[in-house]
Amino acid sequence: MAGTLFDKVWDAHHVRTLPNGQTQLYVGLHLMHEVTSPQAFDMLHARGWTVRAPHRTFATLDHIVPTQAQQRPFADQMAEAMTAALERNCRRHGIPLFGLDSGLQGIVHVVGPELGLTQPGMTIACGDSHTSTHGAFGALAFGIGTSQVRDVLASQSVALSRLLVRRIDVQGRLLQGVTAKDVILSIIRQLGVQGGAGFAYEYGGTVLDAMSMDERMTICNMSIEGGARIGYVNPDDTTVEFLRGRRFAPSGEREFDEAAERWRRLASDAGARYDDRVGIQGEAIAPTVTWGIHPGQSIAIDERLPDPAAVSAGERAGIEDALTFMKFTPGMPLTGTRVHVAFIGSCTNGRLSDLREAASVVRGQHVASHVRALVVPGSQQVRAAAEAEGLHEIFLEAGFEWRGAGCSMCLAMNNDRLVGDELCASSSNRNFKGRQGSPTGRTLLMSPAMVAAAAVAGEVVDIRTVAQGTPTGAAR
Amino acid sequence: MKIETVTGRMVVVRGADIDTDRIMPARFLKVISFEGLEAHLFADDRVEARGQGGVHPFDRPDAAGASILIAGPNFGCGSSREHAPQALRRWGIGAIVAASFAEIFAGNATAIGLVCATVSAEDLDALMAHAERDPPLQVTVDLAQLVVRSGPEWQMSIGMPSATRHALTSGEWDATELLLADYDEVSRVEARLPYLRATSRNA
Repeated sequence: MAGTLFDKVWDAHHVRTLPNGQTQLYVGLHLMHEVTSPQAFDMLHARGWTVRAPHRTFATLDHIVPTQAQQRPFADQMAEAMTAALERNCRRHGIPLFGLDSGLQGIVHVVGPELGLTQPGMTIACGDSHTSTHGAFGALAFGIGTSQVRDVLASQSVALSRLLVRRIDVQGRLLQGVTAKDVILSIIRQLGVQGGAGFAYEYGGTVLDAMSMDERMTICNMSIEGGARIGYVNPDDTTVEFLRGRRFAPSGEREFDEAAERWRRLASDAGARYDDRVGIQGEAIAPTVTWGIHPGQSIAIDERLPDPAAVSAGERAGIEDALTFMKFTPGMPLTGTRVHVAFIGSCTNGRLSDLREAASVVRGQHVASHVRALVVPGSQQVRAAAEAEGLHEIFLEAGFEWRGAGCSMCLAMNNDRLVGDELCASSSNRNFKGRQGSPTGRTLLMSPAMVAAAAVAGEVVDIRTVAQGTPTGAAR
Repeated sequence: MKIETVTGRMVVVRGADIDTDRIMPARFLKVISFEGLEAHLFADDRVEARGQGGVHPFDRPDAAGASILIAGPNFGCGSSREHAPQALRRWGIGAIVAASFAEIFAGNATAIGLVCATVSAEDLDALMAHAERDPPLQVTVDLAQLVVRSGPEWQMSIGMPSATRHALTSGEWDATELLLADYDEVSRVEARLPYLRATSRNA
């Protein structure tokens, strides 16, 4: 019978049906970081349990890592304590940890794919909502809370209810200046921040087919911003070629080819049934920027902000609250709005291709004098690869700070944060109130190229009006 | 522990899409235990409300001792931080009745025995009006009857996924024991997954 990738992967990992009707689902890969794991280990130890599959568990440091002054002990005592706790727990249970001295440390959702840990057909759990990123490879990857981290540590499985599957086709092609970030922001705008509740999103269509793995990761990453805990793309040649030669990918030509064959068969079958289908035309998507306090409050860059007087009573309060917090007025355009900070990084847009895209905009330009601009590579490997191409010089010459790898100003658990009501052009994933570290700080989510252009202009600009150099580095 | 009813006074947090960054701002996640997190619930929203000359519901004198939180749609969206439901639970909230919940939040809440129940949009308005009455009402969230009620005065239907209801009322909301019950079956699934055979050579 024809099935979706979701059906095939879910069924392969189904252990048994629990008394409440949920599935006990085997977790093939468990990824960890320092923020959501210490309490899970404490619970595990308190109950006298051990880690069932330490060889299927991998940890790194990302949320609290300082991106400057990384010598230990960290100046921030709590950051040091959290780091020490993860190191202690990993040592005790034999869990590999990609720490600061490994050359492999970085944001967990950047590290997993670049090491080839993330593979098609896996179930992947991590105590982080952006675990949906790994779905780009045709894995079922989902965020869990700390109690479930405990469950996975103890049993290598979780209790989950089966999700419905919504197929989202993005057909046609993307116009110049439009990126994967704009595609996912448009999808969230159209389907809503809760539209994906109860669903896994399967992204496809000619636009997704043509995308690189980095771009597919950007799309899947923000599935959770649309309420979908899981987002995925069917594996194809792009997936296979990305994984070839990666450290944890099957080694040996024959083993790899066998795996690749298996991966391709996981793709949803032609006659697969979906619980819902949505079609979007690629040419209709414009560079998209958020204006409000959740990722669904966005406009195409040439639109104007909504007027609360012109919407239904149900929507009005939310828009008024957002406009007040953002200090914006109804009907204003975002272009020309002065920004104070520019942040390029995060698990959404902190990979090498994102840095190339941003560098091609800032090459030979300079950051506006009133703007504080920083680039935070998603991992130490991304940072090293960018330096090998000379991207760091382009950014430094343009007046950007060039930092160590981590989550940084996406959620400001380290020292990188907004001050007061600064307005930040950000390539990250959440524009919630206070998200970037200042309770009154304000975030505009956009593509890395748009952030770069805003940094240079000192205000929000439409990337389509900016002369963009040829992308630096290797051909895409 | 079986959870069949939660009884107490209500506290209302209005608005849609209250995300977990607002419930528990990220700077308070710099901890290695959940203890004491309740002191930081809605920390920034409380300051914002004061700045606007108002009072956040969690700062109202009559909120102290409330055990049922009434909220709008998509409550708990965003980050998977369990710190948010942990803090609510530790503050004394035993049940949240909302228009709807974000999925990860609801799962995290259930895993610590914090009840998440939904009501229709019309009932939510009525419930909020009841909740803001003076003197405060005592209500019961009843998982067996699937209602929220106040004495014989009134009651309204609540919704909840059957799996969640079963987990709470059977006392099996902490899933680990259940997941460990059939260890051999886990091993059988493990043994037939091709990628585990392939990667074990690299491990």
